[in-house]
Amino acid sequence: MAEMTYRDALKQALRDGMAEDDTVMVIGEEVGRYGGAYGVTKGLYEEFGADRMIDTPISEPAIVGAAVGAAMSGLRPVAELMYVDFIGMTMDQLGNQAAKIRYMFGGQVGVPMVLRTQGGTGRSAGAQHSQSLEAYVMHTPGLRLVMPATVSDAYHLLRQSLKQPDPVVFIEHKALYTMKEDVDLAAPAPEWGKARVHRTGDDLVIVTYSRQLHHALAAAEAMAGKGVEATVIDLRSLNPLDFDTVREHVERVGRVMVVSEGVMTAGVGAELSARIHEECFDFLAEPVIRVCGEDIPISVSVELEKNSVPTVAFIQSAGEKLVGLRSAA
Amino acid sequence: MTAPIDTAVAEKVPRSNTELLALYRQMRRVRTFEERVGELFVRGQSAGSMLHLSIGEESAAVGVASLMRDGDTFTTHHRGHGLFLARGADPKRMMAEIGGKEEGYCHGKGGSMHIADMGLGHLGANAIVGGGIPAVVGAGLASKREGKGAVSIAFFGDGAMQQGILYESMNMAALWDLPVIFVCINNQYGMGTRIEQATKGRALHERGLAFGLNSETVDGLDVRDVRAAAGRILDGARGGTPGFLAVECYRFFGHARMDKSPYRTPEDEEEGRAKDPVGFARKALVESGESSEADLEALDAEIAQEMDATIDFTVAAREPALQTMFRDVYAPGEPEPESVAARIDRILAGD
Repeated sequence: MAEMTYRDALKQALRDGMAEDDTVMVIGEEVGRYGGAYGVTKGLYEEFGADRMIDTPISEPAIVGAAVGAAMSGLRPVAELMYVDFIGMTMDQLGNQAAKIRYMFGGQVGVPMVLRTQGGTGRSAGAQHSQSLEAYVMHTPGLRLVMPATVSDAYHLLRQSLKQPDPVVFIEHKALYTMKEDVDLAAPAPEWGKARVHRTGDDLVIVTYSRQLHHALAAAEAMAGKGVEATVIDLRSLNPLDFDTVREHVERVGRVMVVSEGVMTAGVGAELSARIHEECFDFLAEPVIRVCGEDIPISVSVELEKNSVPTVAFIQSAGEKLVGLRSAA
Repeated sequence: MTAPIDTAVAEKVPRSNTELLALYRQMRRVRTFEERVGELFVRGQSAGSMLHLSIGEESAAVGVASLMRDGDTFTTHHRGHGLFLARGADPKRMMAEIGGKEEGYCHGKGGSMHIADMGLGHLGANAIVGGGIPAVVGAGLASKREGKGAVSIAFFGDGAMQQGILYESMNMAALWDLPVIFVCINNQYGMGTRIEQATKGRALHERGLAFGLNSETVDGLDVRDVRAAAGRILDGARGGTPGFLAVECYRFFGHARMDKSPYRTPEDEEEGRAKDPVGFARKALVESGESSEADLEALDAEIAQEMDATIDFTVAAREPALQTMFRDVYAPGEPEPESVAARIDRILAGD
């Protein structure tokens, strides 16, 4: 066991993946000499050299497109997109090329690449550097989507992503890089695509992922102080999506909130809510509640930013309302 | 180091000091504003983790902006404080915006990287590299239709020279003879990547030539040179031939406020900072006898006082009220988005 940060866990996963497989290479803006905008790749350039830590010009579509071609040609590229907000620029290469190549070409070739990026709020970085755009990716068949919430998952899920046969979009959260945790690097990796149940309670289920896991856990602790026990599920990957785990707990408890930082409308929460309603309808005591980002862009103003995505207090209050309805009935 | 300067152009530059004092004044205001906003950031009294200073690039901002007229429009990159201030922005409202305050130009929603003011023709700063460039094509179309001779200018850094959208935009502007110019402020670094590490095509203005644009590269040391080159390019654009101007300068500090730029050596920084357009103009004023040291010290002090007042204004300015977060997603009068909280209450009260 070693205590490390989310940032260092990601670096260690890249280092171990590169040491193990010499086809793994990192390509992106400032990934090499600079060490990454958030410091994740610092030191890897010195360790692995310019051939495997490839600095690029500011040319996002070409970075992703080059990774697609490299992946089709026997390499295993890890492309880095500095902010998920830039994903729209790359959507042709990601959505029309990477995601569709295996299918369009009748299974002849896959695109085993990882697109590492980061998203979310928390740095007052404004509307073009603070978004949660995972729904764009989840909406595109052919792309895997991983969003680690813990240090341990940052390590193990990135290691696993480097072994996938299909393109993986790996979205880190910008507010988690300094989070610390004891990690057992030698532990067996969690099952790919499997959700993790962090807490079990009988009063409500909170389904979440990425940074909102921590908000949900804090809210659950606060609710426990008032006698309300919540189950908290971290999906960890949104594609594959472990709906079995969600179903099991929803059917047991009957009250559900989905918590996500992305905007509510047509977001990940909408997909989860729809599936729960479709597949667990008979077990629901109340409608599924979505606790998501507001349907607005992110402000630079710290107060507006903070209050435009779920806070611990807000999750707690929504949870208590959901449960309170039951006691009132 | 820098791209070759077209000496044929440089020789034609008028060397008159006539307006140098006014240009110096604007450059000094830009620099002092940025020094103050940097202080505010370090003191933790500014919103945002994103603060990109353009210290060292003042001649580009002032040289071009001093030739803009009412009705002209422009877009900037994320390092655009100087351009906006040189165009006539109120430093108080600018700094309040950078601080995320209600009194700012965008009511605290935009901040440093997304500031705009339609009244001054500022169609917006942009945090996406190259993101603001194509808008000038549309603005140019509108201007051409209106026929009043207004131009639209895209300002961007050398990082955007490697973005495909620039080439699509230059091609359309040339194809349709639009009153548009593209101004690359080449500060030598796209974040931590030196221009030589980003491209082998070093004579940046040749890319404009390839699309049929009037194109020049100018050294940014002397603001008069920048102004003269910008004048030629702007005249062409007002006459229907779009243009491209690269201004060679040096970014004195890191990419963003907390970047200590470990990717460059102290020697490189020293050499780069020697190309100080503000210091150069000051020296030229004194050496030509146009201004005395005492005059310039008084001027600098007056500007420092003006910019100190911007800090006081920003610190005292109001945080935007929470409900304003739902405003301006859609047009005034349209329903605002329903908040998540209101929606939950509605659903749970529903049965």
